[in-house]
Amino acid sequence: MLSFLLQLVQLLLVLLLAPLLTGFVRTLKARLVGRRGPSPAQPYRDLWRLLRKEAVVAENASWVFRSAPSLVFALSWLAAALVPTFALDLPLLRAADLIALVAILGSARFLQALAGMDVGTSFGGIGSSREMMIASLAEPAILLVIFTISLFIHSTMLPHIAGFVLAGEVGIRVSLGLALIALIMVAIAETGRIPVDNPATHLELTMVHEAMVLEYSGRHLALIEAGQMVRLLFFVSLIAAIFAPWGIAEASTAEGVGLVGIGLALYLGKVFAGGLLLALFETGIAKMRVFRVSEFLAGALLLSLLATIFLYVSQSL
Amino acid sequence: MLRGLEFDIAHLFSSSVLILSFGLLYQRRLFGVLQIYALQALAVACAAAWQAYAQAYPQLYVTAAIALVFKAIVIPVAFHHIVLRLHIHREIETVVGVNMTLLFGVALVALSILLVLPMTTTSGNLTRENLALALSVLLLGLLMMISRRNAVSQVIGFLSLENGLILAAIGVKGMPFVVEMSVAFSVLVAFIVFGMFFFRIRERFDTLDVHYLEAFRGERH
Amino acid sequence: MSPLAVILGLPLLGAAVLALLPWHRASARLNMLASLATLAAALSLFVVPVEANLFFFIDDFNIYLVVLTSFVSFTTAWFSASYIDHEVAIGRFTPAALRFYHAMYQLLMFAMLVALTANNIGLMWVAIETATLTTVLMVSLYRTRESLEAAWKYFILGSVGIALALFGTILIYFAAQPTVGEGIDALAWETLLAAAPRLDPNVLNLAFVFLLVGYGTKVGLAPLHAWLPDAHAEGPTPISAVLSGLLLNVALYAVLRFKMLLAANGAAIAPGRLLIAMGSSSLLLAGFMLYRRRDIKRFFAYSSIEHMGISAFAFGVGGPLANFAGLLHMALHSLTKSAIFFAVGHVAQAAGTQKIAEISGLTRSHPWLGWGLVLGVVAIAGLPPLGLFMSEFLLLTAVMGRDPWLAVPLVVGLGVAFGALAMRTHGIAFGEPGRETRPLTASLVPMYLHFGLVFLAGVWLPGPLVGWFQAVAALLGG
Repeated sequence: MLSFLLQLVQLLLVLLLAPLLTGFVRTLKARLVGRRGPSPAQPYRDLWRLLRKEAVVAENASWVFRSAPSLVFALSWLAAALVPTFALDLPLLRAADLIALVAILGSARFLQALAGMDVGTSFGGIGSSREMMIASLAEPAILLVIFTISLFIHSTMLPHIAGFVLAGEVGIRVSLGLALIALIMVAIAETGRIPVDNPATHLELTMVHEAMVLEYSGRHLALIEAGQMVRLLFFVSLIAAIFAPWGIAEASTAEGVGLVGIGLALYLGKVFAGGLLLALFETGIAKMRVFRVSEFLAGALLLSLLATIFLYVSQSL
Repeated sequence: MLRGLEFDIAHLFSSSVLILSFGLLYQRRLFGVLQIYALQALAVACAAAWQAYAQAYPQLYVTAAIALVFKAIVIPVAFHHIVLRLHIHREIETVVGVNMTLLFGVALVALSILLVLPMTTTSGNLTRENLALALSVLLLGLLMMISRRNAVSQVIGFLSLENGLILAAIGVKGMPFVVEMSVAFSVLVAFIVFGMFFFRIRERFDTLDVHYLEAFRGERH
Repeated sequence: MSPLAVILGLPLLGAAVLALLPWHRASARLNMLASLATLAAALSLFVVPVEANLFFFIDDFNIYLVVLTSFVSFTTAWFSASYIDHEVAIGRFTPAALRFYHAMYQLLMFAMLVALTANNIGLMWVAIETATLTTVLMVSLYRTRESLEAAWKYFILGSVGIALALFGTILIYFAAQPTVGEGIDALAWETLLAAAPRLDPNVLNLAFVFLLVGYGTKVGLAPLHAWLPDAHAEGPTPISAVLSGLLLNVALYAVLRFKMLLAANGAAIAPGRLLIAMGSSSLLLAGFMLYRRRDIKRFFAYSSIEHMGISAFAFGVGGPLANFAGLLHMALHSLTKSAIFFAVGHVAQAAGTQKIAEISGLTRSHPWLGWGLVLGVVAIAGLPPLGLFMSEFLLLTAVMGRDPWLAVPLVVGLGVAFGALAMRTHGIAFGEPGRETRPLTASLVPMYLHFGLVFLAGVWLPGPLVGWFQAVAALLGG
């Protein structure tokens, strides 16, 4: 019973935390470059404002265009809810398989790209094709990362992975380090952050994600933006769950409520630490040209490949 | 034989050398190449020092010191000056694309692992792994020399190849000091010779790009 | 004092003195004198036995190469004296460059002799690297655009080869260390050879591949030969003579030493096939390339690739007879090719150009020189009664005995090369003399001395030489 309750908490937590994380990063970035910036709560207000607005839809838009925002949002939310955040013993976590997560995100991306092309504007097409170009490199990389982890831990289930790392038998592993870097690079590409994409730009030469969703307005846009925020939180939680699971409560009995509380606090700490690092990183580096993105992602692919090779080497000894 | 943490740390250093080799292949800017090379030399120095400690073989500290001072500091700084003084354009031309080069690189790493791992069944784990990594670094250095047209980056490719050699030499237990001395020595000599080349080439031509030197062939009129 | 100390000490001392001596005539004499003294010390090896120590040793294999090296070094110094007189006269050499040239010449001799006498694979590696660096500097000596490019190419390819060879050397130590124990012993030839049957064959195989590719680059075996023609064509001609006549041999010697190691280990791969493949591809490639050469020095440089290919092929075939033929071929090619480069040097000076098309009618304008070149080409083409006929004939016999199919590339290669040699030489030596030729005061003695020896080897081989060759051929295995 308690575990169901905790699951509910997690569902709501990721939903509520996601805009705060995005807002936090925005504020921090503004402060870092010497501006005052909006309050971290600004995304909540934006979403609320958009939700109340009428959605304008192009005349030739099909049902794909109309249904995509809610589906994309639902899939992103589901993915984020599946990642163990503060407790391991949750009912939905039985489905928290890394490969399933990749599949969920892949479908969301596919829907989004379809919707981008649906209306037939040139921006939507550019955005979709760029998004697909990124995906074609990012997905092999993330699959290789998963492959490395599963070779090492013999499981693709997130609760098992977190439990294995918690047990502390890992030591210093070059391959895991490489997998971490590769995963971060992929996450940057997948969430459309600098240097791959700039979430704050509307310049036709550089935008990727924004170009794809340019036709949306009102509540559709709100859902898409919220999905994007949830996706950022998802990646932060995923990295935390695999590489820094410390503090996650392993069992959720009545006595363990205190542990769950600690887990919750630590989770919040991890998320904001991730946001801080992201803001620092984004402030320090410039966006790369679109045709260099493939090299960036090829780098991620390479690192994950190397991770696999290293692991193979040290295991075949 | 090394176990546990000692093994992991040695593994960490030699893997960093290999990863930095990939960094060299990835990097296009000349100054970036020099920085990565310096980092790689630093990683080699750390690996040597760690082996000296783990094998209780103090001569390797000297190797580490040579790598640190000479290869991680002196050479990059000197090259930096050369690049500045000669006003070489900052972007490196590659013969094949970066992605292709990286792909080749991975294939070479796989090749060297397949070559080294099955054959040396009688020796310690770390040595074998080290040899495999060193061979990869060596082959990647070769690849860099082939895939770059600019003389400075070809030289850096050669020097990173020598890093691979040092990595191999420190990994084999009790390798006599002769070889390390000679490697250090050869780096020195090689550097002098290279330096002379640069200045002469600079005297005659306005570019260090080896490609421009290929105009003349006895047979192509 | 042991003769070994003299052999190694004299060139080093000579290099130091020559680096300081400003008068070029005197340095040319001194250069000759130092080489002559080294030759005398080398000849004394025949009578004075030398104790092997941890770093140096003398055995049946290297004794004849040491003598050959010091002999060719002496005759080349002789040739060089008259060659540089001319170069100074036409202003291609400055006095400072000459000082450098003579010092480097002796340093190169030192490096090659160390490589030949080294009992330690690490030391041998260092020596070959030093030899490479000195020749790089000498190739770039004219400071022309072409010579710089040639030197650069030579340096890059040579360094890569050298680096690969060092990796092979490390692998050999890696193989030896569990059996022989740590430390300097595991790098000594004699220890290694004694322990060879107990070494890990897998490691030896891998090491040999690296050593073959590494030192094979220095031998100029295809497909790693790209540096060789350029380096030969753009440097001073005495250096071309030494490169072709000696340095290629030294590198091949290194490869053969490691082949002995593999031959002594029963379980390792037979490296013969690798050598046959590289040898025959060098032979065929060089044979066909000879037709398109327009520069006389490049022309004979390709011929060197061809002959190194033949030697490698012979050692690849293996067995007492083929190994014997290979050793003989190494020695005789060294004598013949250096003599040809002596001739070519004078030819280029007399005609004022290196372009084959612009040289003609030499037998009329300079009879001694022209006929000398013809003699050299006859020798290098493998016609009787000169020595190279002997070695090639022996090789062909051995191949026919082992595997007749292998004779096909060999015969094709030799035939193709013969055609090219005949065609080009005809134009150079006969017909009307070129438009402007200069009289020549050079001494042709070194060249004819070499041809005399090659002729002698064709008709009669001294007993002790045959004995050494047979002993070494047995060690080299099948």
